[in-house]
Amino acid sequence: MRIRVIGAGVAGLAAAFEFARAGCEVLLIERREGPGLGCSHLAGGMIAPWCEAGEGADPCVVDLGVESLRFWTETAPLAVAQGSLVVAPARDQPELARFARRTSGFQNLDAAGVAALEPDLSGRFEQALFFPQEAHLDPRAALASLAARLVECANVALRFGVDADPLTGKADWTIDCRGFDARDALPELRGVKGEMLVLATSEVTLARPVRMLHPRHPVYIVPRGDGRFMIGATMIENDEPGRVTARGMLELLGAAYAVHPAFAEAEIIETGAGVRPAFPDNLPRLRVKDRVMSINGFYRHGFLLAPALARRAVEVALQGAYFPEVMDADQDQRRSA
Amino acid sequence: MEQDSLSLYGVALASRLIIGTAQYPSPAILAKAITAAKAEVVTVSLRRESGASRAGENFWSLIREFGVRVLPNTAGCRTVKEAVTTAQMAREVFDTPWIKLEVIGEEDTLQPDVFGLVEAASILARDGFHVFPYTTEDLVVAEKLLGAGCEVLMPWGAPIGSGRGLNNPYGLRALRAHFPNVPLIVDAGIGTPSHAATAMELGYDAVLLNTAIAKAGDPAAMARAFALAVEAGRLGRLADPIEPRDMASPSTPVIGRAFTDLARA
Repeated sequence: MRIRVIGAGVAGLAAAFEFARAGCEVLLIERREGPGLGCSHLAGGMIAPWCEAGEGADPCVVDLGVESLRFWTETAPLAVAQGSLVVAPARDQPELARFARRTSGFQNLDAAGVAALEPDLSGRFEQALFFPQEAHLDPRAALASLAARLVECANVALRFGVDADPLTGKADWTIDCRGFDARDALPELRGVKGEMLVLATSEVTLARPVRMLHPRHPVYIVPRGDGRFMIGATMIENDEPGRVTARGMLELLGAAYAVHPAFAEAEIIETGAGVRPAFPDNLPRLRVKDRVMSINGFYRHGFLLAPALARRAVEVALQGAYFPEVMDADQDQRRSA
Repeated sequence: MEQDSLSLYGVALASRLIIGTAQYPSPAILAKAITAAKAEVVTVSLRRESGASRAGENFWSLIREFGVRVLPNTAGCRTVKEAVTTAQMAREVFDTPWIKLEVIGEEDTLQPDVFGLVEAASILARDGFHVFPYTTEDLVVAEKLLGAGCEVLMPWGAPIGSGRGLNNPYGLRALRAHFPNVPLIVDAGIGTPSHAATAMELGYDAVLLNTAIAKAGDPAAMARAFALAVEAGRLGRLADPIEPRDMASPSTPVIGRAFTDLARA
């Protein structure tokens, strides 16, 4: 079977990878000059389904996320499974209780437990939640690695810097993974802006992502190795790309400083702002029309959910499978029914 | 019973629960909460969402599609100028003279800068806006806001998002007694439905809240709970509650009960 995938962000690369594994002949087309240069480039890379439940994500995000966790740790082992840590400033302790009530898969830590896991946070937090099964990855390295593996497959071709129309082409199936660029075909898609930054310091070492809860702007810090830390991410209801605001940086830096004061002396080596594609319920969809399959609406869960959707796409194309959790028009109505 | 409706700047409303639109897990869940709350008015922030050139249009058009009246707000504004500019943009975006005016003066409590609030209210009222000022329970500030042209007052219950309920029931009662004919709305600090019911029992005309519904585990269910609480509090107020007293007052007379018992024996 011949498969044409449009878009080489995390959604398209995961789809190409799974179709290639299933023995299909895959052509991956991306309008940018390389893989993962859209909003995947700015992602946090936390594979943290239980933490997302704590933040209020729908239960299906946990199920799909756990599936993707296996992809990133077994199928394409690009993630580090060191778990994740959730903390709150002393004055926002009620946020920790609320977070814990809405999720599972964690251990309660006291100050000694925090110090044992993250020595640099010793004495900084009296309480924390530890999610031992979660993982994290470096999104840019992970996507470059997926692309490199695809290049080596005899049944895969990659084309960069080429525009493609999902409605034309001679493949048996076209998989439209264009993200926010696909809003011409998906009018209900909206953008949710996110800002991030990267700090470099040799004074702090973290082995795993740390989430700092706050009633208005929760922030996370993901260690990227070599003394680099990605700090993310704001959530703003607009679709303005590229514009990094002072307020966004204030919030992110303030939270980083609250996690460890040494971040105040860190070097800011990058800032970025991108637009997450989202449907009105903030859940992803796999839609089939004729021989075009659209995978979109990952919202803030691209790395967390793309592998699970990619696997479903293969079963839809090859076996005519149907997955109500991502294919029903209105998932919300189905759940409350 | 005749229709108990609320009038805000000449607009009659049956619902006395106004809800915010921020912090929901998704717009779809926000839509369910609006329906469950039976809200006729929702408040929407623009300051941050507008970006460099009104980039929040997608979200705003989603809000318009809900078909409810929009009360745009100036949340996040810290100066008079910012608040006035945001209000002017809000009037164009939502085609309404209504504006919930917030001028924040302090970071820890997000309490209003009442001096800036009065100044901004005066500028906006002169410019034809129907101003809904987010204020404290201070009587003097309330007088000045009315003098500036406000026809509705929105005192806080407690700091924004704190969920503490009514921090100063005495002050809120005094405000109600002082301004018996001004529509008064408790805005901010409400955490649970009982807080909202208490505000209505104090004689407040409506309740405005956001976090308590948006951040609840089940926002739609919480929205319904608040709608019921607001209705219960309002009905209780109108039904003229009894006065509390120190000693028991049995609902059936005790004198004579011994005889009843004797007769039975």
